[in-house]
Amino acid sequence: MAAVEEQARAEPAQVWDWLAQVPDPEIPAISLVDLGIVRNVRWVAGAGGDELEVTITPTYSGCPATEVIAASIREMLAAHGLGSVRLRQQLSPAWTTDWISAAGRGKLAAYGIAPPHPCSAGAAAEQAVDASRILRRAAPRQVRCPRCDSAQTQLVSEFGSTPCKALYRCQQCLEPFDYFKPH
Amino acid sequence: MDAAKPAAPFEYLLRLGDNALVLSQRLSEWCGKGPALEEDMALTNVALDLIGQARLWLSYAGELDSAGAGRSEDELAFLRDAGEFRNLLLVEQPNGSYADTLMRQFLFDAWHALALRELAASADPRVAEIAAKAQKEVAYHLRRSSDLVVRLGDGTEKSRAMMQAALEQLWPYTGEMFQGDALDRDAAASGAGFDPAGLRAPWLDYVGEVLAEATLKQPPAEAWMHSGGKQGRHTEKLGFLLAEMQFLQRAYPGARW
Repeated sequence: MAAVEEQARAEPAQVWDWLAQVPDPEIPAISLVDLGIVRNVRWVAGAGGDELEVTITPTYSGCPATEVIAASIREMLAAHGLGSVRLRQQLSPAWTTDWISAAGRGKLAAYGIAPPHPCSAGAAAEQAVDASRILRRAAPRQVRCPRCDSAQTQLVSEFGSTPCKALYRCQQCLEPFDYFKPH
Repeated sequence: MDAAKPAAPFEYLLRLGDNALVLSQRLSEWCGKGPALEEDMALTNVALDLIGQARLWLSYAGELDSAGAGRSEDELAFLRDAGEFRNLLLVEQPNGSYADTLMRQFLFDAWHALALRELAASADPRVAEIAAKAQKEVAYHLRRSSDLVVRLGDGTEKSRAMMQAALEQLWPYTGEMFQGDALDRDAAASGAGFDPAGLRAPWLDYVGEVLAEATLKQPPAEAWMHSGGKQGRHTEKLGFLLAEMQFLQRAYPGARW
């Protein structure tokens, strides 16, 4: 192993710190690490020596930001001297908003997006085909306005500016806002 | 992939991918023309989820495609003719009015959610992980389409009449979702797939309950039903859809972004 490669071999913890500075392309207030889509960072044996492998998982299947996210990760790591990085896409376990960090939730609220309520993994999907428990009959969750903290809010649209958000309106301060859907 | 685990057959994956692809294309036709901004965004977001799912299914299908020596997702989407598509006839039906589009979505979503629940337990790990991912998205689609069927069914005299007409028009295309053939039987026997007949009772229960809430009259479950989409025998509507969707790759072969 050449000495120069040893020198360039960053600790995974250091790589996590760098990735924590890569903003999400659609919600730049939070980082990819805050969003919970970076699943693993490790060194693996490659054909031309050890390679850094970063495992990421998509939020929604069709999220158009996925390719931009991959490019941003490469760019950030290249800036720290890691030119050859292996990006691994992982589907399972499927991403959930429960993986958004506490810091990420705080940043979302400060940015004007109401953070998601917790969801027990898979429960919503299971109940979806049970009409007696169908979610349309469930009392809507109370979503607080990220601007004025009022609980007097109303769902305007099940889908917002990106697949991961719904559109709400505050009846107190009258401002519209996004709610990050529990997923 | 673990060699001991069964892999879903190529054509079986085409059925899953083509359902998502064709319905996504139909919904995309509403882009910029929805009856309200919120509905426009909702339909195009559902279309986006479906195109993502189609990519996952077709990419996997392409890897298992022995005849075509590993066709890419794009080759499968853009370079097959109607007779090679394996989607259900229901999803290729034209958008019609907004009532027709919503009813088609509801009837499909209810089946899709049940089908994905089965597939999430597939013995083929790749099928299981794609289904588990899609299941979460489809739960949201079903919640929304069920809600709108109730609102518009139990709405004004006019909205109710339009929803009832849409239901009667689309109902004969629902039987195909539960008709198994040799491919379904093989997939179910290997553990990679499921027996579609098993979804019929829970689908009728769910759909019946929502339609009752919507004050709509459910057509008889035993009505005569169309079939053939899963085997590549389509209505003439699919050809027009493909002509638009595939135009660029047909006119400029190999064109890239």
